Amino acid sequence: MAKRLDIKDLNLFYGKFHAVENVSLAVPPKNVTAFIGPSGCGKSTVLRSLNRMHEVAPGARVEGKVLLDGEDIYASTVDPVEVRRTIGMVFQRPNPFPTMSIRDNVVAGLKLAGVKNKKELDEVAERSLRGANLWNEVKDRLDKPGGGLSGGQQQRLCIARAIAVQPDVLLMDEPCSALDPISTLAIEDLITELKKEYTIVIVTHNMQQAARVSDQTAFFNLLGVGQPGQLIEVDDTEKIFSNPGQKATEDYISGRFG
Amino acid sequence: MNDPVVAKRPARSGASGAERGVAAAPTASEAPIPPTPEAPETAKAPHVRPGDRIFRGLATGSGVFIVVLIGAIGLFLILQAIPSLGLDNVNFLTSREWNTTDPANLRFGILDLTLVTVVVALVALLIAMPIALGIALFLTQYAPRNLARPFAYVIDLLAAVPSIVFGLWGLFVLGPVLYPFSEWLIENLGWFPLFAKGNVNVQLGGTVFTAGIVVAVMILPIITAVSREVFERTPTMHVEGAIALGATKWEVVRTTVLPFGKAGYVSASMLGLGRALGETIAVAIILSTATASFGWSLFDGGSTFASKIALAAPEFNDPRSAGAYIAAGLVLFVLTFVVNAIARSIVAGHKEYE
Repeated sequence: MAKRLDIKDLNLFYGKFHAVENVSLAVPPKNVTAFIGPSGCGKSTVLRSLNRMHEVAPGARVEGKVLLDGEDIYASTVDPVEVRRTIGMVFQRPNPFPTMSIRDNVVAGLKLAGVKNKKELDEVAERSLRGANLWNEVKDRLDKPGGGLSGGQQQRLCIARAIAVQPDVLLMDEPCSALDPISTLAIEDLITELKKEYTIVIVTHNMQQAARVSDQTAFFNLLGVGQPGQLIEVDDTEKIFSNPGQKATEDYISGRFG
Repeated sequence: MNDPVVAKRPARSGASGAERGVAAAPTASEAPIPPTPEAPETAKAPHVRPGDRIFRGLATGSGVFIVVLIGAIGLFLILQAIPSLGLDNVNFLTSREWNTTDPANLRFGILDLTLVTVVVALVALLIAMPIALGIALFLTQYAPRNLARPFAYVIDLLAAVPSIVFGLWGLFVLGPVLYPFSEWLIENLGWFPLFAKGNVNVQLGGTVFTAGIVVAVMILPIITAVSREVFERTPTMHVEGAIALGATKWEVVRTTVLPFGKAGYVSASMLGLGRALGETIAVAIILSTATASFGWSLFDGGSTFASKIALAAPEFNDPRSAGAYIAAGLVLFVLTFVVNAIARSIVAGHKEYE
């Protein structure tokens, strides 16, 4: 649990398009790392390469290494399905499975991994929903479809689903961008709690959010349209927001970008 | 069906003049054009632009036209069938007899026709459904993109092959090929009613079995095409959700594509069933007519509604005999209607993805 990630010389492509160039970055365990940067700078693409979701897109290609506690998840012997079972992901828009009940949604990952024992599944469902601060709201309707919840509840359900398999790392791709401020606050509180147990990487467009929840921040930028995105700098969040090392970072966080 | 409702909406919300502000709120999200601000002043009728009026007229007209057309067909069938039904000397629904050569002594019942029609269609559906599902999943989930497109065209081409060609193929190619297999089934599984020795010469291949297989090939394209389109529309966010949880390809299909596409697949199959029930010329060519009545064997011959009517067309010189066939046509009309209604209700029962 809670492993560290080391990204080494990562280059990402969509077909012939070079999307992200030479990213090297260390993500310490039990820590929140935020990716910020303008749209199209490749921060989501980098995030998706961390659990091998990037290659799902047709023509997508990866060069470089991503080490999970020292082991390259892109090694030829590694099964991408196994990688995704140990590195969980929460998406921009809540995506619970509409035909499944709340309980089945939470334990979907475990069922895929072959767990059949009902008692164990029920326990994990409760523990994960408690972990996602959702238990009290849904405990009386675990058999109702997940699609009946509010957006914020659905997103917490997705987080419960992701942590149910006790992943080594939890990736979040703009998890609050489709939510109202109150639900956003609930998710942010949750992230702060989850980092006691999980390594978290979060992509966000909201710089206040990055400042509130993360321990270190990575700023991505692109030099121009059609150019690959680059990692400009990565440092402690406090430092990035008070005294960034690069002019581009300062321009972006102070709103002078573009 | 939706057109008239949409077209009517502005008029309705306009009529509720005073509480317009309240009434407009829920409508606004559905109506593509927000209510015009000057509406409260013109309490009697909201301003409608000519283009809107013309388009509404055309759309409503088309909608009304098709309903009237279907109604007219039904009415024609009923009016033409009733006199002959009154002259029928046996029970129309339960008799297996069909003799219309003497208009003064009509003896016609549809039991055999119904059974043969339904059994041929069900055999076709049973064969076509799993294959169509496999093809649709292959095309949308497994096939490389540059292969999927031409492959889909080939499947669609199957739908463009004329029925008569399928009929000839069934009679001259498939029938003889099936003969040894049919014989084997009759010898070894003949104790089971479906595989019993039938009422026609199995060597000629004019059996329900052959007809069912040919019709299966004929309805394959429609089931495949509709299923493929439904499966293709599985929301990416659900597919990615499953992949991110560590689902394999098959598990992605099982947890997202199939639940999402189930209703569409079933209704696609029902469309296929509708076509199978009405398939005429291929079945008419293939099926050997039998003197004995249908005995629940795949190796029986006989006639379906459509093939019976088509083969008898030359003798429609007496309105009384012709009425008997029209009555049979009416039953087929109702049967396909019911099948389509069932398909609709199945689709309506799956709204989780709305």
